[in-house]
Amino acid sequence: MSWDWHYAWSVLPPLLRAFVVTLEASLAGFVLAAILGLVWAVSRMAPVRIVAGTVFWIVEFVRSTPLLIQLYFLYYVLPEYGVVLSPLAIGILALGLHYSCYTAEVYRAGIEAVPTGQWEAARALNLTPRAIWLRIVLPQALPPAVPVLGNYLIAIFKETPLLAAITVMEMLQTAKLIGAESFRYLEPLTITGAVFLLVSLLASFAMRRLEVAHVFHR
Amino acid sequence: MIEFLQTHLPPLVAGLRVTLQLTVGGGICALVLAALAGLARRSSRRWLRWPATVYVEVFRGTSAMVQLFWFYFALPFFGVSLPALVTGVLVLGLNSGAYGAEVVRSAIDHVPRGQWEAGRALNLSDQRILLRIVLPQALPMMLPPAGNLVVELMKNTALVSLITLSELTFAAQVQRAATLETVPLFALTLLIYFVLAQVLLAGVRRIEHYVTRHRGSRA
Repeated sequence: MSWDWHYAWSVLPPLLRAFVVTLEASLAGFVLAAILGLVWAVSRMAPVRIVAGTVFWIVEFVRSTPLLIQLYFLYYVLPEYGVVLSPLAIGILALGLHYSCYTAEVYRAGIEAVPTGQWEAARALNLTPRAIWLRIVLPQALPPAVPVLGNYLIAIFKETPLLAAITVMEMLQTAKLIGAESFRYLEPLTITGAVFLLVSLLASFAMRRLEVAHVFHR
Repeated sequence: MIEFLQTHLPPLVAGLRVTLQLTVGGGICALVLAALAGLARRSSRRWLRWPATVYVEVFRGTSAMVQLFWFYFALPFFGVSLPALVTGVLVLGLNSGAYGAEVVRSAIDHVPRGQWEAGRALNLSDQRILLRIVLPQALPMMLPPAGNLVVELMKNTALVSLITLSELTFAAQVQRAATLETVPLFALTLLIYFVLAQVLLAGVRRIEHYVTRHRGSRA
């Protein structure tokens, strides 16, 4: 059996519509990961040992267990506690939570790169901890983290097909359903792969440009 | 508690065995592919460099799950039907191998050029320079990122449950459907994965320690 162009064209529109869902999930998941990651990174440096230690192990745990099980966990457990969310919202939550544990490391590297003298000078000027973080440390720590965060946006994008497992109609799930209806998986799955490849290549190209611009800017 | 473990642990352990098979099988495939593709990308011969580049870009650019579904559902259209376990090992190996190739390439790139030049000045062949001078210096640099890749590969084995292979995640799903004890069951499953990840990382640290054992005396 060989490639059927006519059939390929006919499955393209529904696949592209599903691609919008894929994009929504990636972007929303990324925003959540970017915000939560910063929370983890800052609280890991909390003066209270218990807080810092707990956050460290939470991040380790989430990072070294499969996203798929975490997805199932949220999907089945949240309703038991009366939290009813759409599958897409749960998927975004899981993606954001999982990748926040990666972005936390990115922020941590940025924070640790701020010279100790900056902390000491800020304390010598009697600034409050809040002011030290918001006005001194983070403005220096965040800009170098931005290009690295972009790589995680691409990584999240490539993980969105997992949401198919909790019935989100993203691109892979759509391709599978189309394939099951017509008994032809080749075209929809190949198109899905091609779209992922195209977008990832374009995105990594854009990221490289951003990194170069960043280096020249500094 | 004991009753809970008695009912659930045996099927989960049976699933864990398949997860381990996938991790080890995929890991061996990935290691071979990463070494071959990583070296080929540094080659001066275009017929080696091009296929390696295409392989790395395609398998890093498309999602692991899309690859898994493609190999399982689309490949039969070309007359190739592989069992789920073989598909899993193959796709995990191909996917991690592509990421690993970049680790190999970048470690070799980080060995100073002077090392190659000195080797040539001593009239060593390129092959000897690579094997005796460059790789021994590049290997310690590869290990920390390789450790992360091994954990990523282990985590990706959960995806193979979606093509009906009864590994750990699949076993947990079956048990959940039978008893609806969702929270303790999934917590236990996550814990097993977590311990497995720590064991793998400790293993890579052992290798790291072994590879860099001569370094302390020199530095």
